[in-house]
Amino acid sequence: MRRSTPQLAGTALVLAVGLVLTGCSSKDDSGDTTSPTGGSSSAAASGDLSIQPLVQIDNKGAEVPAADSSNAADPAGDGSAKCDPTTIAMAGALTGANAALGINILNGAKLAVDAHNAANKDCQVTIKQFDTEGDPQKATQVAPQIAGDKSIIGLLGPAFSGETKAVGPVFQQAGLLSLTASATNPDLTKNGWTNFFRGLANDAVQGPSVAAYMVNTLNFKKVCVVQDDSDYGVGLAEQITAGLGSAADSACAAKVKTGDKDFSATVQIVKGESPDAVFYAGYYAEGAPFASQLKEGGVTAAFVSADGTNDPEFVKQAGSAAKGAYLSCPCGPAPEKFAADYQAKFSVASGVYSVEAYDLATIMLKGIDSGVKDRAGMVDFVKNYDGDGLARHYKWDANGELASALIWIYQVK
Amino acid sequence: MSAVMTVGPAVSSVVSAFNVDSLTHNFWALTIDGLTYGSIYALVAVGYTLVYGVLRLINFAHSEIFMLGMFGQYATLMLLGFTPRGDVYTEGTLLTIVYLGIAMLGGMAVSGGAAVGLERVAYRPLRKRGAPSLVFLITAIGASFILQEFVHFVLPKLTNQKLGGVNAQQPIRLVEPTVQFTFLGADVTNVEIVIVVAAILLAVATERFITLTKFGRGIRAVAQDPVTATLMGVSRERVIMLTFLIGGLLAGAAALLYTLRVPSGIIYSGGFILGIKAFSAAVLGGIGNLRGALLGGLLLGVMELYGQALFGTEWRDVVAFVLLILVLMFRPTGILGESLGRARA
Repeated sequence: MRRSTPQLAGTALVLAVGLVLTGCSSKDDSGDTTSPTGGSSSAAASGDLSIQPLVQIDNKGAEVPAADSSNAADPAGDGSAKCDPTTIAMAGALTGANAALGINILNGAKLAVDAHNAANKDCQVTIKQFDTEGDPQKATQVAPQIAGDKSIIGLLGPAFSGETKAVGPVFQQAGLLSLTASATNPDLTKNGWTNFFRGLANDAVQGPSVAAYMVNTLNFKKVCVVQDDSDYGVGLAEQITAGLGSAADSACAAKVKTGDKDFSATVQIVKGESPDAVFYAGYYAEGAPFASQLKEGGVTAAFVSADGTNDPEFVKQAGSAAKGAYLSCPCGPAPEKFAADYQAKFSVASGVYSVEAYDLATIMLKGIDSGVKDRAGMVDFVKNYDGDGLARHYKWDANGELASALIWIYQVK
Repeated sequence: MSAVMTVGPAVSSVVSAFNVDSLTHNFWALTIDGLTYGSIYALVAVGYTLVYGVLRLINFAHSEIFMLGMFGQYATLMLLGFTPRGDVYTEGTLLTIVYLGIAMLGGMAVSGGAAVGLERVAYRPLRKRGAPSLVFLITAIGASFILQEFVHFVLPKLTNQKLGGVNAQQPIRLVEPTVQFTFLGADVTNVEIVIVVAAILLAVATERFITLTKFGRGIRAVAQDPVTATLMGVSRERVIMLTFLIGGLLAGAAALLYTLRVPSGIIYSGGFILGIKAFSAAVLGGIGNLRGALLGGLLLGVMELYGQALFGTEWRDVVAFVLLILVLMFRPTGILGESLGRARA
């Protein structure tokens, strides 16, 4: 009998753990009315803070007025388009850790396709979705399916730079249009692909533009550049440091590692230099705790970062420390009507790259409406396209880069 | 040729990275931060060291016990009616202390329960079958993964996405770090004071418990000589359970202190690196030795920050492990020696 006592105690403890966890869930299920942010909506931000568009800038950091979205191409057209049933495809991460971005893109495209199909009874377009999980390995398995499906005449994607690099040759060989709403690695357009077009500015534009904006518009004299150890963070920090010139203070240039959550030494070193601003080149998982520890450590410098931290999760994690942070992005903000339509259709707020996906899908739909029936025709149509979208003006150079690539600065307010 | 060209700049950048100014300039601020993290390492290190002392087992899943403690205190705060939000809650000093106390108990209950549960589910069956020690080690690593993935994938489903998942929990902040006084030019915040004082109190209480009580004597007896201890009427199984429980409770307390300092650190992978550091701290001080764990924790916390100031912030982990290797080269059993039984702790 004595031997069973510890056994019982152990079981009781495990049960207690279970109760704590389930007890928590049941309370939250029932009546958690005090939480304005709870739930799964990715747009839920901390308190009243959210990421608001501030200004669109060119590579000198000067303001460029936002494109007038009233001239934007409307996927519905005039409703008189006639075509045989046609298929376009979308490829990107739809499951896995990076699924949020892929879903933003897919939903944006769906919004355009549905508007088109509702208005044009005689021209029905289907969008086929292909999940790459954002993984180059998976993408190489999926790409031949897309290329081999002869009914597909245009592709929105792939979403990420790595997978695009891996499967680009497959689409090039198949002569299939590859129109990306989110892959920003500058080297992608240097492969000589004739079918690849990028619907937003690449990373080589973002760094210099943001650096110029900090120096010329915000008048920062001393900036600490802190980078993580990802390809993205290292590359961005390099460009920012070069762009800042003498404003970049090498005494407080620090490096952190993916997965770090405490940044004491970095905070102390930054504090010792009392800079005007801290630029963080990395992702929100580290950027958010870093921002809050800077504030808690008494650093009053402005926090500036780029698209890696431009995510509602950054505001959620950093809380009031995120206030006033400048976050850049090659992605454009969602106009009010677009945001409302999107919310109504998918019951979540539109996210990064939703607008780009909508615009790019609209361009393909315009092509179909104008009589494009095959892959070669679609590539040709996009190559010669020149028109406004919701986010910006779309016109490509010979390499598939936008003729005028601009960056948006957002601020947490 | 190309190899020579790449080595050249690398060497020069390492040399130029020696930043003595940064270290001297921020010396006391770094010391205070280092002691803060060091006390957290120390509390977690006790869990490694006690289990090692009694079982000669490196319980690699202890870092996940700590991680569960973070979720435990977070869930407790949610049960108390706090919801995650951007701003700090201002409840007044007294109420805040009460809430933090309850949250700490919640974290300790979860960690302690999980540690004991882990021992029963994972280690006891192996012990009954007399499995070789390598099997225990592999089981510990496996348990570590299972607990992480449980919080990563299963917990969100059980709690309606409130807990766990791929992102860190949105913080619940009860205390705004505010500077209380300045020590040799370094700001000392309320959070740092609370962490260090609480950690010292817990460490002293644990040390007293092991030294003075009957249960503590049992633990030391089993650590010294399991067979003789059993012959003398000490229940080995009960001692083992108690050991896991103490380690778990301290990890749960450390979890609360850690989240005071790093509110957005509550994530399924959040215990891993800290656990390895705490394990290093235990080895540094002399694994199996309670005082060694405390000394090792504080030393590691401080040296890490000095090293970062000196060599660059990305060298944090390198500094920690180079220090470990250096100490072990000259004192293979750690600074204070190895035995839980012999070291009067």
